[in-house]
Amino acid sequence: MLELRNISKRFGNVLANDRLNITVRTGTIHAIVGENGAGKSTAMRIAYGFYAADEGEVVVDGKSYTFTTPHQAIALGIGMVHQHFMLVESMTVTENIVLGAEPGSFAALDLAHAANRIRALSHDFHLDIDPDAIIEDLSVGQQQRVELLKALYRDARILILDEPTAVLTPAEVVEFFRTLRSMRETGKTVILITHKLDEVLAVSDEVTVMRDGRVVGQRTTKETNAAELARLMVGRDVLLRVEKAAAHPGTPVLRVTNLGMTAADGTRRLVSVSFEVRAGEIVGIAGVEGNGQTELIEVLAGLVDPSRLSGEVEFEGRNITGCTARQHKELGIAHVPEDRHRRGLLLDSDLSENSILGVHFREPAVSPPALVILDEAGIRRRAQHVIRDFDVRPPNPDLPARALSGGNQQKLVIGREFGLPPKLLLVSQPTRGVDIGAIEFIHRKLIGLRDGGCAILLVSAELEEVTALADRLLVIYHGKIAGEVEPGRVTNAEIGLMMTGGRA
Amino acid sequence: MKYFRQLIFPLVAIIAAFLVGAIVIFAIGDDPIYTYRLLIGSAFSWPDGIGYTLFYATPLIFTGLAVAVSLRCGLLNIGAEGQLTMAAFATAWTGITFGNLPAWILIPLACVTAVGAGALWAAIPGILKARFGSHEVINTIMMNFIAAGVASALTQSYFKEQGDPILQTRPISAAAHIPRLGQLLSGIPLRIPTNVAFVLALAACVFVYFFLWRTKWGYEIRATGQNPKAAEYGGVSVRKQIVLAMAVSGGLAGMVAVNEVLGYRYRYYQGFSPQYGFTGIAVALLGRNHPAGVLLAAMFFGALTRGGLFVDIFTENVSKDLVLVLQALVILFVAAEALFREQFIKWRILKGVKAS
Repeated sequence: MLELRNISKRFGNVLANDRLNITVRTGTIHAIVGENGAGKSTAMRIAYGFYAADEGEVVVDGKSYTFTTPHQAIALGIGMVHQHFMLVESMTVTENIVLGAEPGSFAALDLAHAANRIRALSHDFHLDIDPDAIIEDLSVGQQQRVELLKALYRDARILILDEPTAVLTPAEVVEFFRTLRSMRETGKTVILITHKLDEVLAVSDEVTVMRDGRVVGQRTTKETNAAELARLMVGRDVLLRVEKAAAHPGTPVLRVTNLGMTAADGTRRLVSVSFEVRAGEIVGIAGVEGNGQTELIEVLAGLVDPSRLSGEVEFEGRNITGCTARQHKELGIAHVPEDRHRRGLLLDSDLSENSILGVHFREPAVSPPALVILDEAGIRRRAQHVIRDFDVRPPNPDLPARALSGGNQQKLVIGREFGLPPKLLLVSQPTRGVDIGAIEFIHRKLIGLRDGGCAILLVSAELEEVTALADRLLVIYHGKIAGEVEPGRVTNAEIGLMMTGGRA
Repeated sequence: MKYFRQLIFPLVAIIAAFLVGAIVIFAIGDDPIYTYRLLIGSAFSWPDGIGYTLFYATPLIFTGLAVAVSLRCGLLNIGAEGQLTMAAFATAWTGITFGNLPAWILIPLACVTAVGAGALWAAIPGILKARFGSHEVINTIMMNFIAAGVASALTQSYFKEQGDPILQTRPISAAAHIPRLGQLLSGIPLRIPTNVAFVLALAACVFVYFFLWRTKWGYEIRATGQNPKAAEYGGVSVRKQIVLAMAVSGGLAGMVAVNEVLGYRYRYYQGFSPQYGFTGIAVALLGRNHPAGVLLAAMFFGALTRGGLFVDIFTENVSKDLVLVLQALVILFVAAEALFREQFIKWRILKGVKAS
């Protein structure tokens, strides 16, 4: 049994954990849910010894501890898999797993023995990992399983998993839950940090809900439901369903004809893709991640070297194939990138500077007539506009983007792109890593933009999200459009089949 | 508070360096307090101390700014040494070849030559990086050797005075000389070599601030430096920014030639720079890549150089190499900022910024 008793932790002025009491029973899958910034990760990092608590104690099997380093927690059989993996890309699975606990005598590394143990663990827990594989050849989902093996190899009895499904495809999530259940069967305890309620309901035995650094509820999963958990998390009733009127599509805004793209390594990422998006409609792209949707959006945003393209992209009747990213923006093509940290934000710059990225070369960011000198007042007005219209919190344009939670960062990016104003919006994973309250907000904004006559192309790894928002749905598989369906007319199972190469 | 945060670590680094330096002085067998009083007193006495401190600081302001601009674009220009060498030679060439022109044309022409030569020399590794992805650190350091070789060969073959045993060019035309501050302001003795280039250095600080934080070009350079992927997404041509940042950086390094050739030695002299280009990296680091910080850091390094001469003469055992020891210690402590940071947050001197 793992218990957190009266744990408090403060970072500067922020009380991240306020007298927490959490009890996790041995042999259960225990979900900890809460919005971003609710203090879930902090609490679990305290349990893992990564942070020292200001007050309170961690109790393992009846004995009280105050950890100061993770080594103490690991010695007690507590393991943690972080959101961001800590793997050496060029080494094999075995080498990564034994790193820091190398078997054998001082110089001679006994890797064969370790590999056998890893093979056995992989088999017992349905992980399907080859100990001799090189990390960089593995998919993200497989790398996560290597992280799990790392903890299991060190005889972890209690596994803490921080947002483990954020990087997984729907099919991988199903597999992953099977693994969690098999761990439970062997008597291990799993703590799952998440903000996805369907996952909590699908796999956990018990659930603790956190809000603003406090525990606001502890339930047996069987006796609760999504609506109750959402209300506890957000503190008010939340609309879990997307409400929208029928679309009234106008003239075609984007027409893609026989688009092909070859990556730098010579592989074909898009193969004769053709479709159109009309004003006032949302066209969704469903597909397992890595089937060309990232590339498709990057091509349409002007971020791919034209020499790698074939076919034609037309915007409002003009051929824009090979135009630069800036020309795309000038035409009114906005882009919400799939990874806001990698593409969408200058994390160390303040919100003001972030609010003009991509429109920094025109009014109001620069003063006329030369359009060279930045207009401080204009930039501030624009930032305040985005902050107000998109409820970015805290509403301080001087804060660095890094200081915001994921949901608020995403609202900042979306707000900036909405202000272009766009005739076509390319939006990828609009709610990835975003909390429930913000998801509802973002969905309503997207519907509102559609109703205002904007054409929207939406890519999301969440099948629920694309089917709920899209007016038409294209399924992409191996860089080709596998088919078009009308959401609501077909089941998710049928779409799922098309996503994996079967026919609907 | 915002400025305090920026200042505190450089100040801590300087204090720590002086403390460790005191141990070194004591170990050599001198009195640290006497030595430091000598060092600081001679660097800030009026008028000679301050005058020479500013004179020594002038080239470091230019090279510090040069390195800071490149770092803001995510590039490390360690070729300021080569850029200022080429600029100094080109400036001397202009001052000799166009010596018949009147001062009001010749001086601006020579300044443009200084900036242009430095910018060109730095743009070459910039273009190589943008076009072929070859690393700017390797290429700028190679360009340093080429610059030294080219300037020395041209001087030796074409621009040396007949029979001069020293590797230096003929003097430039008197029309190209820029005045010492003493010629413009009464109260400053003429013997102090601080010249108009110092005023230009102050102007360069203002220019760099304005360029980086008040123009769209600066915005694009900083965006590229922070996150090239996001800059590209925002419609910024990353390749152009790399070339632009390197050219601006080299142009600033080239301004050293104005101080050296037009304001002090009035000719190109091989080996005139005691590694201004490399000290510029330290200046930028201590000044946190901000023009105000660079200005303060360059003054500090200038003061050390000035004070070091007196320490050398008036102490028993300590030589002017103490200055190098102090410089190195400061850099070590600046680089070790992460080590202090945790403690400072614990002692509530700084507010924590981590939160999950």
